[in-house]
Amino acid sequence: MSRLRVELPGLDLKNPIMPASGCFGFGKEYSQFYNLDQLGAIMVKATTHEPRFGNPTPRVAETTSGMLNAIGLQNPGLDRVMAEELPWLSRFDVPIIANVAGSTIEDYVTVAKEISTAENVHALELNISCPNVKEGGLAFGTVPETAYEVTKAVKDVSSVPVYVKLSPNVTDIVQMAKVVEHAGADGLTMINTLLGMRIDLKTGKPILANGAGGLSGPAIKPVAIRMIHQVSQQVNIPIIGMGGVQSAEDVIEYFLAGASAVAVGTANFVDPFACPTIIDALPALLDKLDVQHISELTGRSWKTEWNLQSSSH
Amino acid sequence: MKQLKTELVSQKEIAASIYEAVVFHKEINESFQPGQFVHVKTGFGSDPLLRRPISICHVDPNKHELTMIYRAEGKGTKVLAEMVPGVEVDLLGPLGNGFPVERTKEGETALLVGGGIGVPPLYYLSQELTKRGVNVKHVHGFQTSSVVFYEEKFKAYGPVTITTADGTYGEKGFVTNQLDMNADYLFACGPSPMLKALENYRAKKGVYLSLEQRMGCGIGACLACVCHVQGDETGFAYRKVCSDGPVFQAGEVVL
Repeated sequence: MSRLRVELPGLDLKNPIMPASGCFGFGKEYSQFYNLDQLGAIMVKATTHEPRFGNPTPRVAETTSGMLNAIGLQNPGLDRVMAEELPWLSRFDVPIIANVAGSTIEDYVTVAKEISTAENVHALELNISCPNVKEGGLAFGTVPETAYEVTKAVKDVSSVPVYVKLSPNVTDIVQMAKVVEHAGADGLTMINTLLGMRIDLKTGKPILANGAGGLSGPAIKPVAIRMIHQVSQQVNIPIIGMGGVQSAEDVIEYFLAGASAVAVGTANFVDPFACPTIIDALPALLDKLDVQHISELTGRSWKTEWNLQSSSH
Repeated sequence: MKQLKTELVSQKEIAASIYEAVVFHKEINESFQPGQFVHVKTGFGSDPLLRRPISICHVDPNKHELTMIYRAEGKGTKVLAEMVPGVEVDLLGPLGNGFPVERTKEGETALLVGGGIGVPPLYYLSQELTKRGVNVKHVHGFQTSSVVFYEEKFKAYGPVTITTADGTYGEKGFVTNQLDMNADYLFACGPSPMLKALENYRAKKGVYLSLEQRMGCGIGACLACVCHVQGDETGFAYRKVCSDGPVFQAGEVVL
């Protein structure tokens, strides 16, 4: 068995690296640079029931070692994603994780029910943490009761395992994780972006037309590492970690914190080859760390020696 | 579209905070078209993080060199301005769709209108149009005399009218006061108020405008630089400035 192969609910990953939702479109643009077969999986752009244009521009603003975005879930809507985007991706031998968004529970249910039947969709990522939409999104991911309700409703209709994408914009991330686990989530993906803002000195106004946006990039990695370290000790479902991953070393850090796979987001914008470069660098790094299989590293930062012995092999 | 690890050949300040940088890579060739751009990594670490879209000012396919002109104003372009010859400059390109040079014919006339840092791509355009026997005229607008650049270089291809907003150089006022109304084509690049003013110019064969927008990925994936489509009643239609543009025919997108 390959040292990078990872099995998670619904997902048999040839390696644990995947582009994060919203940072890779539906794959077409990046397929001009490399063969997408190399990826462990692809988390495609959030899909809503109806098409969405998203927010006015400017939609992005750079920050120190990071960026703010307020795209606003722009996507062509469920029908076109089913008819065009997912069939196009089926030419690649790579499992798709479909990111599902909505402004009401009914929206989430409608999208989840249908999109989970697509042949190449092996799991859903329930987006209850987008900070850039007025209704739904973050509102579902910051209130435990609604997070529970939407997770349960989606689990009831989905044909594939459901991973819930957690927002860092909460006081108690462990509570949110436990609530969605209790609602039946098969896994967690974390973290979504942190709410932030930049103000233009010339105009005196926020740079983003939306005012606030979601902060991503290397600047947020320590926040994600801390949250995964906390959550992974308190839940029994796997975590796909994300937030500022740029290198194979970053991936190892996420595994040590408690992740079982890792998504790469903003780095794709900086370097279109970010994912394959990281995948290629992992085996040599495992050698250096004297680790046979990457999964041995999951949670090693907090596991006791006894735990380590019993969990390896 | 490729990722090219180019070598910086030369860099100099040609007007106040306006820099001209020349880079070399063996894959820089005639496939780079006027109006396209390159997405440049400025600096080496994660700060500044994102690439900067910079228009192509000139390509020498024999020497495999590309010239770009930019204003060192923000963090990224200031870092770029500090780079010295010999260092590696990582760029993606050529990106986007440029001006439709191939539509023009020998003997036709083209009016090239540039505003500020929108002037550089018109230099490469002027060269390519002239090669096809198109008669070009230039009208370039700047804020003030200290930021005027490339006047003599453009004159090698056709007449140049310079305007400055404060009247410190050339004609006082804006480019829109200096337009020749008989051109077959109008090609423009500059700030959006200028493009809006040019949108209704009546060129016999076409008006093409190059848009500026804040970008993320530069290749069409992140949807940072979208604009609405004129006449679209659904409100969902869009064009990406980076990969559908940056050059659009007047009337295609909402400016």
